[in-house]
Amino acid sequence: MDRRESLKLIGSAAFAAAGGFLAPTLAQAQAPAADGPFKLPPLGYPFEALEPHIDAQTMMIHHDRHHAAYVNACNQIAKDVPALGTTPIEQTLTDAAYIPVQLQQQVKNNLGGHWNHSFFWELMKPGGAKEPSSELKSAIGGSWKDVDEFKERLNAAGVGRFGSGWAWLVVNKDKKLELISTANQDTPIPLGAKPVIGVDVWEHAYYLKYQNRRPDYLKAWWNTVNWDKASENFKKAMA
Amino acid sequence: MAFTLPDLPYSHDALAPFMSKETLEYHHDKHHQAYVTNGNNALKGTQWENKDLEEIVKGSFGKNPAVFNNAGQHYNHMLFWKWMKPGGGGDKLPGKLKNAVERDLGGLAKAKADFIAAGVGQFGSGWCWIAVKDGKLTIDKTPNGESPLVKGATPILGCDVWEHSYYIDYRNARPKYLEAFWDHLINWEEVDQQLARAG
Repeated sequence: MDRRESLKLIGSAAFAAAGGFLAPTLAQAQAPAADGPFKLPPLGYPFEALEPHIDAQTMMIHHDRHHAAYVNACNQIAKDVPALGTTPIEQTLTDAAYIPVQLQQQVKNNLGGHWNHSFFWELMKPGGAKEPSSELKSAIGGSWKDVDEFKERLNAAGVGRFGSGWAWLVVNKDKKLELISTANQDTPIPLGAKPVIGVDVWEHAYYLKYQNRRPDYLKAWWNTVNWDKASENFKKAMA
Repeated sequence: MAFTLPDLPYSHDALAPFMSKETLEYHHDKHHQAYVTNGNNALKGTQWENKDLEEIVKGSFGKNPAVFNNAGQHYNHMLFWKWMKPGGGGDKLPGKLKNAVERDLGGLAKAKADFIAAGVGQFGSGWCWIAVKDGKLTIDKTPNGESPLVKGATPILGCDVWEHSYYIDYRNARPKYLEAFWDHLINWEEVDQQLARAG
């Protein structure tokens, strides 16, 4: 099977019948996990659960390789800086002054990658609400015409992020909803903002299925959003 | 002067299996085209509208992200296509280039290792480079659309480590892509000529 055929297969309902494909790829994919305080959280649903919007192969590589690499890197750093493993993640993301200077950027990148992806998987968990809670909906309505216009604005923030990064709906320091985008694996945490919704616009999040068409990915991605989780994030952020 | 998309100096399938036809179709025909189109739109009505490409890249850096990002990526890709050829790479360096690599970069094996490490170490999107600064070769990396040009150096070799350059063929395995680029794709004669021009 060449790559193009395998992609077509994975993008189709025939994927389920080709169960043999993922297993060996997955076995090769798993880098030996470095022992340490950081753990790769399970995805919580099958790789194919977000089809056809996000394909199974993308989910597998994204979770088992990219996210795993961030976790492994954090564990490697924690061998030299044990405090990294015992300090709450959000605290380190806000103030990494206790980390040796030459490691601070690596911590920002990898701990940020770990935090962002852990947030992302939960936000897409299948089976949740298709609409925001009435509280979140009304808050969105206070800043944008309606939920549809808000989605378009968030997508525009994602398209406008040049290079790799994320687009976010956050509750900012003033307890107001705000759209922001961050570069690479920077999180909204050091801004004092609490994310409600976040979408990964690194090319690895969509390239196998959407290639250069980031706007199409963003449009389709909304079909995966678990609004129960977003509404819960909002409630906690406003509390 | 308006940007135009150059043709690839080889066919889309010429670099396979190290860089696939599909990758070059998206990378050249879609991504590079988008930098050209968006760059021309961003340039309209700015002070750089009629300047040459290097002037636009240097002049807009840190001043106008819409112009710089697209012009920078247009500049980088114009060079990138020329830095590759079918049957390239390996250790067959022309004499002058080989001497400069020995003199400034600690030999070819070390240059390869350092170049790949620069590419792997560029977190997120960007490029890794061999550039000439003050008459000496250096290895460097830059984010997104930046290049050694904005640091007062002249690039003579660069590899695109945006994921769109390798994700179809290598997935997350950026080191494998960089190794294949070095071993099988680099057009050393072109690099040598650019070294001669850079002085």
